[in-house]
Amino acid sequence: MALSEQDLLLLQAIQGGLPLHARPYEMVAQSIGMSEADVMQRLDYLQEIGVMKRLGVIVRHHELGYRCNGMCVWDIPNDRLEEIGQAFSAYDFVTLCYERPRRMPDWPYNLFCMIHGKDRDVVLEQAERLVRENGLEDIQRDVLFSTKRFKQRGAHYGMCSPAKIKEVVTCAK
Amino acid sequence: MDDIDKKLLNDYQRGFPICAEPYKVIADQLGLEQEQVFARLQALKEGGHISRIGAVIKPGTVGASMLAAVKAPLDRLEEVAEFISGMEQVNHNYKREHDYNIWFVLNTPGQDELDDAVRLIEDNTGLIVLALPMLKDFHLDLGFAIKWH
Repeated sequence: MALSEQDLLLLQAIQGGLPLHARPYEMVAQSIGMSEADVMQRLDYLQEIGVMKRLGVIVRHHELGYRCNGMCVWDIPNDRLEEIGQAFSAYDFVTLCYERPRRMPDWPYNLFCMIHGKDRDVVLEQAERLVRENGLEDIQRDVLFSTKRFKQRGAHYGMCSPAKIKEVVTCAK
Repeated sequence: MDDIDKKLLNDYQRGFPICAEPYKVIADQLGLEQEQVFARLQALKEGGHISRIGAVIKPGTVGASMLAAVKAPLDRLEEVAEFISGMEQVNHNYKREHDYNIWFVLNTPGQDELDDAVRLIEDNTGLIVLALPMLKDFHLDLGFAIKWH
């Protein structure tokens, strides 16, 4: 999945968001010296090959009332990881699901999923559903609630200087 | 927020039109003028409901990124969090209820810069960074179905 310099430039150009303008792709194209047609063709392509998972409205969960986010971490036996990872991803309340390395002895967890909920009980109940419906009662796990957001913004790979958003929020107990 | 705002939030998280006049397409779908779509999206942005109209990029395909955490002593929590938030490479930084109490995401152009950022944090805070790069992404990310009640 090799990306050209131009694809990287294009992704960089839209990482701050598409402009609210009648011809947004033309504006993006002009900023990086491409044609509007090429920008649209490359975006179609990047979407098709899965580099761009989606293009659209990026909502802010917290401001929509989803004030609680629980990072659920699991120590899944390696031979069940694929199956469980795919199963978790099918739940509509799971917004991320990644395999990450264990760091023994301190950190035994190899599967991470994020659950956004309107409060703590909802998140815990949803985590329990994952346990119950996937037969994970004996699996070591934890739910790490965020109690404060120090910083949140879209990903920038060090190529431009975005406005930083720093906010303080709490998750109701 | 009315039903049209809710539609804008729910129905356009993916499949944003890739054509010369995408907002015109949306306006037609919602029975609005394009100017009204701009006004509503602008208001949703200003109200903090959306951060942008943009792309979600598959992790690891553009630049390097990594989830990481540190165990900050409680009396140093704010100071350590502030140092980490102040780094250009950090885009998310959360306090979480755990011995590992500061969790953040690093984004850099490449792996070397990622290693440099980890070293910078360790040198400046005296804390060991728990480095948890993504090994596999199971999630397709079709957007998030908002429940209004």
